[in-house]
Amino acid sequence: MVPDDRKYTQEHEWVQVDGDIGTFGVTDHAAGELGDIVFVELPGVGDEFSQGDTVGTIESVKAVADLFLPVSGEIVEINEAAVDSPEMVNSGPLDDGWLVKVKLSDPSEIENLLDAQAYQDLLGG
Amino acid sequence: MNDLSHLKTTPLTEWHVANGGKMVEYAGYRMPVQYAGTLAEHECVRERVGLFDITHMGEILVTGSGAADWLESLVTNRVRKIDPGKVVYNAMCREDGGVLDDMLVYRLADEEWMVVCNAANHEKIVGWMKSKLPAEGVVMNDVSFETALIAIQGPSAGTLIRRLAQLEGCIADLDGLEFYHAFCHDGGAGRWIVSRTGYTGEHGYELYLPNGDALAVWEELLEKGADLGVQPIGLAARDTLRFEVCYCLYGHELGEDRTPLEAGIGWAVKLKKKIGFVGQEALVAQKAAGVPRRIICIEMDGRGIARQDAPVLCGGNPVGMVTSGTFSPTLKKALALALVDSGLPEEPLAIEIRGKSVECHETTFPFLSARTKGDPLAER
Repeated sequence: MVPDDRKYTQEHEWVQVDGDIGTFGVTDHAAGELGDIVFVELPGVGDEFSQGDTVGTIESVKAVADLFLPVSGEIVEINEAAVDSPEMVNSGPLDDGWLVKVKLSDPSEIENLLDAQAYQDLLGG
Repeated sequence: MNDLSHLKTTPLTEWHVANGGKMVEYAGYRMPVQYAGTLAEHECVRERVGLFDITHMGEILVTGSGAADWLESLVTNRVRKIDPGKVVYNAMCREDGGVLDDMLVYRLADEEWMVVCNAANHEKIVGWMKSKLPAEGVVMNDVSFETALIAIQGPSAGTLIRRLAQLEGCIADLDGLEFYHAFCHDGGAGRWIVSRTGYTGEHGYELYLPNGDALAVWEELLEKGADLGVQPIGLAARDTLRFEVCYCLYGHELGEDRTPLEAGIGWAVKLKKKIGFVGQEALVAQKAAGVPRRIICIEMDGRGIARQDAPVLCGGNPVGMVTSGTFSPTLKKALALALVDSGLPEEPLAIEIRGKSVECHETTFPFLSARTKGDPLAER
């Protein structure tokens, strides 16, 4: 499941842009590989990050994965529901299980990310 | 995807792959880490019954008139005078008391014993035992690669095992089988050993089978246990299950760099055994001088899951490290086992998780009580 309404990263994350706000989450593939997600740690609203910074972690019973923010900007909203119920990231990583919203400081960064086809190719077709 | 094709397999490997098992490398074997999902599998064992392929474990038969005394000299617990059919939990130590492995020792007959060791330590233990083998009176036979091992664990394990056609004539044996006991049965392709043991804290059995019987028994258990909700269980849930009841895992709580007294299995070390064992002197001396480190149970207060090797701080000073840590599926809390210095001051405990100090506190052992009556692993 790789919808073409957003961009992707090699680290199996996605960003969907609406105006100057990017919504960030992990892909189906990432959620599936991690297994049952039991812990989500996110930054605070107002925190500022550069492209590639670690903004948090998600953990399953067995594994930990860092979240690398693929765009620069300021956090304007975090998904509190996903923090309280980490299993949402497994059940809906592309919608209800989104993680943070960022006010993009450099919208051109989006162009460097993978489109749906490129990400699908990365997954091996 | 990593290439796992060079790894050792079990008679059930193809079944795991064909039935959604997510395969990983474990101790040189290609093993299923999960099927449906770790949390669901964990719950299945706590509430119903699950099947584990643990064929990777090592089985070493020891026979002969000298077997009893020789084994007594290698392991920490008393095994020499146990009755046939009894199983005893043990550590095997180096001269300096460091733990080579933990293991079950079975007395199968007057002069026949079985040592069951961890897969990761199998070669090491076989080598160690061979190096200690006397010139006569004892014969060692490593049957690991011809022996399959299926664990049936959970509240409905007793119901399920009684449905196996092969054990139809063994109902009385099963009825009389106490925890940490086993009986032999002449099965399809050779001898079966039916053992009331396990690594989950639940009622259950471990079935040692000739490789040739494993697939048919596995499929029969799944078919006949469908109404009981039986599921195959991967290694990830095996780990969370053992963790909640605080059973030691080699490479985590146990290792060569620590003694069984430090690792919390001192109850399986009999320092006054008549026949001395390798490591005894060192352990006697350590006990007399005071055991310098101990395993403690920790519950996280701050947010975060402590993982193995995370530093433990007391009053801000490093005092040890996490040996196992996860989110407990049953208790729904982040918990950890840690090896720390003995006699910690009454200061706040914390664990450093990715550079951040996260508050925690010591809690009582174990996190969850085992529901296997008379469980020796649960005694302390």
